[in-house]
This record gives sequence, C-alpha cells and structure tokens, in this order.
Amino acid sequence: MSTQAVLFDAPGPRTRRRHLLYTLIAGAAVLGLVGYVLAVLWRNGQITPDRWAPIVGAEAWTSYLLPGLQATLLGALISIVLAFLLGLVLAMARMSDMRWLRAVAAVVVEFFRAVPVLIMMLFVFYLLTYLTDVEGMWPSLIGVVVGLVLYNAAVIAEVVRSGVNALPKGQGEAGLSIGLSSLQVRSMILLPQALTAMMPTLVSQLVVVLKDTALGYIILYPELLNSVRQMGTRFGNVTVAFIVGAAVFILVNWLITVVAHRLERRLQRRGHIAAVVINHVEQPLEHQPGGKTTDQ
Amino acid sequence: MLETIQEYDYWAAVVNTLELTLWGALWALVLGTVLAIMRLSPVRVLQWAGAAYVTIVRNTPLTMIVVAANLIIWTQLKINLADPQSSTYIVDNGMRLGILAVAVYHAAFVCEALRAGVNTIPLGQAEAARSLGMTFPQSLTQVILPQAFRGAITPLGNALIALTKNTTVVVAIGVAQVSHAMRRMIEFRPDLLFQIFGLVALTFVAITLPMGLVTGWAAKKWAVQR
Amino acid sequence: MRKTTYRIAAAVAAAALALTACGGDSGSSAGGDSKKIKIGTKFDQPGLGLKEGDNMTGFDVDVAKAVAKKLGYEENQIEWVESPSPQRETMLDAGTVDLIFATYSITDKRKEKVQFGGPYLVAGQDLLVRADDTEITGPDALTGKVLCSVSGSTPAEKIAKEYPGVQLQEYDTYSLCVEALAAGQVQALTTDDAILAGYAAQEKWAGQFKLVGKPFSEELYGVGVKKGSDLCEKVNTALTELFDDGSMDKIVADNLGPANYTPNPATNPAKPGGHCG
Repeated sequence: MSTQAVLFDAPGPRTRRRHLLYTLIAGAAVLGLVGYVLAVLWRNGQITPDRWAPIVGAEAWTSYLLPGLQATLLGALISIVLAFLLGLVLAMARMSDMRWLRAVAAVVVEFFRAVPVLIMMLFVFYLLTYLTDVEGMWPSLIGVVVGLVLYNAAVIAEVVRSGVNALPKGQGEAGLSIGLSSLQVRSMILLPQALTAMMPTLVSQLVVVLKDTALGYIILYPELLNSVRQMGTRFGNVTVAFIVGAAVFILVNWLITVVAHRLERRLQRRGHIAAVVINHVEQPLEHQPGGKTTDQ
Repeated sequence: MLETIQEYDYWAAVVNTLELTLWGALWALVLGTVLAIMRLSPVRVLQWAGAAYVTIVRNTPLTMIVVAANLIIWTQLKINLADPQSSTYIVDNGMRLGILAVAVYHAAFVCEALRAGVNTIPLGQAEAARSLGMTFPQSLTQVILPQAFRGAITPLGNALIALTKNTTVVVAIGVAQVSHAMRRMIEFRPDLLFQIFGLVALTFVAITLPMGLVTGWAAKKWAVQR
Repeated sequence: MRKTTYRIAAAVAAAALALTACGGDSGSSAGGDSKKIKIGTKFDQPGLGLKEGDNMTGFDVDVAKAVAKKLGYEENQIEWVESPSPQRETMLDAGTVDLIFATYSITDKRKEKVQFGGPYLVAGQDLLVRADDTEITGPDALTGKVLCSVSGSTPAEKIAKEYPGVQLQEYDTYSLCVEALAAGQVQALTTDDAILAGYAAQEKWAGQFKLVGKPFSEELYGVGVKKGSDLCEKVNTALTELFDDGSMDKIVADNLGPANYTPNPATNPAKPGGHCG
C-alpha cells in the first residue's frame, strides 16, 4: 500500500469544514506549546541579548561549534569507513564455506549487536586510561571509534549478507559454472552488486553514526555536544548553547539524509537490478528499504 | 568482584534498566502509534506535525534529548515528574525524565516501523474497507492498524532492542542504571575493569537475546498470510 | 556504477584526511622561540582555567604564568595543553606536559606516580547556594534539600555516604548544576570551594550565588611534575617567592574576588614544599 490517499475518500464540503476545525485546534495546540516554552524561557531570562549575543559572535563558532562539528565529523567518518571494511570482512566470514569461521563470525556479530555502544565506549576509554600510556584526546577518540565501529560493523555485516542473499541465485551459479571459486564468486560477483544497491542504506547509516558520536560526550570526546557544554560554561548560557547545538546537529543530519535519498533515487533511476531486487525483499534487520535505520 | 557488585548495588541498577526499558517501550509505543495515525490521517496539519516530529527527533542525538529533557523540562519549565516532598524525589524524577526522553526518541522509530507495516498491506484492503462505507477511523482501527502491527513486528522488535540498549544514555543526567553503576564501579575499582565489562555485556546479551528470539517467533506466528 | 562508488570512496577518504590534518594542529606554536614550556591546565573551569578564544584566564593559569616567569619563560613561551582529570598522571609521565596546574589535589595515591610542587592553595569541599538563601549553613542543613554534583566525583560519593538524607542530582558537568541552581531546582552545589568560587565569579552569575564558607575537607592544590624532574624544587622556590611578595593574594583577588572568595584562613596561606620526589 503505497499511497495514503487510498485510506480515505476525497473529503466533501462538510468533512472539509471539520478538517479545518481539526487544523485550527491542532495548530493552536502546537503554537500554544511553543509559545508556552518560549514564555517560560523568557521569564527565566534565557531570551536576553547577553545570552544570545555570544552565539552570533565569531568566537562561539571558531572556538566551539566548528571545532566540535569537526571532531564529530572526524569521529563519524573514521568510524563509518572502518565499520564498512570490518562489516565486509564479517559478512564474508559469515558466508564462508568453513563452518567454524561462520560460527565465530555469527557470535561476534550477535555479541556486538547486543552490547550498547555506550558500554563499549566506556570500556575502551577506561581500558586506555587506566592500563595504557595513551593520552590526550586519544582515549576518548579511540573509545568513540571502537564503540561505533564494532556495533556498526555488526549491523553492516548483516545488511551486506541480506543484500547478497537477495540477489538472484543465477548470479552465483553462473560464476561457479565458469570456474570461479566460491570466494571469487562472492567477492567479484555478489558483493559488488549488493554494495551498489546498499549505498543509500550505508549513507544513512552515517547519520546513525554521526548521532552516536554524541555518546562521546560521556567519555569527554571533544565532539559537538561537548563543545556546546564548554561554550555554555564559558559564556554562562548552557541552555542557549544546547538549543543552538541541537539545531546544528539536526541541520547536518538532515542534509545527510537528503543526500541519501538523492543517491537512492539516482540508483533506482538507473534501473540497477540489485536495487530493485533488494527493495522487494523483506528486510530481516532494522533496515527499511529507503535507508531508514533504527540506531544502536 | 562479588563485593563490588554488592557495594555498588549492581542488581538494583539492572532493575532500574528494566524499569526504564518497560515504561520507555510502553510510552514509545503509545506515542509512536499516535504519530503514525497523525501521519496517515487526512488532516494536513497533523500529517505535517507528525512528519516534523519524526524528522527532528530522528536527526537529534539521544544524548541531546536526554540532556534536554532535564535541562528544558525540569530546570527551565520546572515541571516536576515526582513529588518534591518525597524522600526519593530526585531519584524518581530522574527515572521519569529518563523514561520520557527514551520514549520521545523511540516513538519516532515506532512511527516509522508502523508506516512500514502499513506499506505491507495490499491496496485492496483499504479499498475494500472504503467500499463498505467505513470511515477513516473505522478502517484505521479495524482494517489497517491490526494488519500494520502484525506486519511491523520485526521492526518493532528491533526498536525495542535498540531502546533497551539506549537506556544506558540516561547516565548523562545521573540516573542510576547499569551504565551508571558500571562507571562508578570502574572508577573506584579499575583493577576489575575486565570483569565489570564482562558482567555488563552479559547482562545486555541476557536481556536482548530473548527479545530477538521472541520477536522472530512472533513475527512468524502472527505474519499475515497473503 | 563502479565509477560512482570509487568517487564516493575517494571523497570520503579525502574528507577524512583533510579533517585529520586540521585536527592535528591544535597545539600550534606561536613565535619562533626555541625554549618552550608545556603547561597542562583545565580549559573549561571558569575562574581557574578557562580558554577564551586564544586567551587563557583563571587562577590556575595566572599562577602558572607567574611560576613560569620565575623559571625564565615569558607568556609567549608557554604552550597550554588541556589536561582532563583522569589523564593528568599519564600526561606528565609521557612528557606531553612539563607542569600541571589544574585543581590538582595532592594525594598519596597520586604521589606514587608523580611528584608535586606546592601546595599553592588549600581548598576544601564547600557548598554554593543562592545569594538569598539563609537556610543552608552547612552540610547538616542539607537534609531534604536537593544537592547537585558531578557523577562519580569524590565530593558526590562523600556526601551520599555521610549525609543520606540529601537528595543528590548528578550531571556530567558543573555548568548544568549552576543552571539548575540559578533556576531554583537544586538548592546547593558541592565541590572544592575554589571551583565553586570560579563559577560564582563569572560575569553572568555576578551577585547571584554565595559560598557557605565552611569547608569540610582539605584539598592541597599542587603543581604536577614528572617524577625525577628537578623542576619540582624550582617550582617550590618560585611559589614561595610569589607568596612572599604578595603576588599570590593579588592573583586570588583578581580571579575569585568577584565571588567574595578568600582561601580558608585556618589552612591558608599554603606552605609550598614537602611533596617533591
């Protein structure tokens, strides 16, 4: 069922009037809520020039927001690239001909999908802090990256596996029949097709990763949320700083989502076979076709 | 190790995690269903509000939502979710703010899961409902939603597992649960780092593994045969 | 199709490289002086060690500058490095920093790993309350009140153990505590008095808070030095001189004066020495 227009009849004049009433009520409720919050913030002295002025100043951006965003993007990019590579390895291992390798890969994947990213980050962070000489921002960065990579690699491995399983059987059989080994079939025929079809999913997984770098806040990684906290401390406007930080996060993630959608539509327009196949398969994971993913 | 578990009240923390999960999941389901209905409804402004909610929440880190729940709702709006006179005021209040944050965040995913569930229903079902003269609320409650829930069991189950793990994030506002206990235990007993991590990891495997199995079983059992 | 994939991969790789390149230059050195001293401090502790754009301000920072000057380093020869609490010993040991001025309490456990110059201030755990609060006169008056502190910190654990009637709200940062204190949702904030004074002295909060002024612990703030380094005794000499010529009082007044903070007279002025080696 693709269009929601089939859910109801075209409204007649009376229904339209009733809908107008609903619209007014709902609109008033939304505006009322926003107005109430703003009014309280106003009363608490949060909407004053001295709290907002620093945000428009250059220092807020050059010392806090931009470096924070940079650290967030850095953590997210390193993580998504490594997670992608590790995910491929895990997927290959899970589809291997060797039973023990399949079993090991399955346990690894299930374990890292079950352990919360934050728990993993805390563990790696304290491990590096207490038991090694790694210092500076490295324990935080490595903690963030390892936590994100292990979880997302496990997720990506499952996406890749389901993508490969969704390909027509003939693809693999054709490869085998011209004398390729099963490893060659997987790496040269099946994976490339599955991957192109999964590009949008992977890009939107970047949103998940980007959001999850904010968990680094808890282990002191100087990402956006942490620099927002520092900015709030510096200017004495924590509430305002958090509001601005949230806006930046939403904007960046929304941009990436839009890119993911564009990419998906472009792939579909080209009529790539795998893309079509995958979109018709029931996704076994939390991955809806269209690249929407639940995170963690 | 056993002493440490007792000293830092690990099992109480596990109970809190379960409580956060249970209530968070219930409220997320309720709120997510309301959002899904809004997005499917014929009223434009409701569709728009539902879509805006999902877009905003899905693009905001949970850590931020957790901090915002405390900073905006409690600190600024001064809405108390527990009785300020009670001797467990801050503990209860923290738990409820945590539940709220987790529910608000995952409601967006529940909404999307349900919409995906709606997409598994053949067009003919809705058309048949309309041709019988059913109104939108009737066709929604008697035809569409029951099938949508059954079709959405897998994504809903995944959202539940994600929610369970995400309850750890409420440590940012000092709510006592597993990740909070873990951090205290490690900071005061760094020599037990590996044992503590193992314990916490196993706790989550023990909670989420059955969820995954039940989801898989339920999805098969209640799948709509077509 | 293959081209697109490669192009995306290349773009991602390029972006990652660019970001790493930018990320590496945070400790950029200004000027061409060969002689530098690397000093670790907090970057986000108002009134003590705060990074304001390219400037460093605060009590710890000013003490560090004065000590560095006595050791023969001008301000432009100081390289400031952020030293978060859990990493201070490692940073000294690895030589990332030469000295640490960062609300660094001298404890026996830490002395196993590093040596301390100073102490240069004896702080103590105290309470910060709203300026118009007359009820809270000390930790005993906290029963039934909401107290704010930072998760997993020693002050928080201490209060929770010794005063079970207190309701403890924990955050990851004191600035959220300050915000909640200003809004009236928590009634008191606890940690070392010098740190509390740093927040109260901030321009935004001028006149809104006061220290209760009955410290109930002793924290000797020392200068972290790597074990075996001869800098430790030199730091002590420098600090003694700063106490003798009155510079120290001025530094306290300049940074924490707006909060009406004076170091606890029962334990101050601190006597530098005795914690080297």
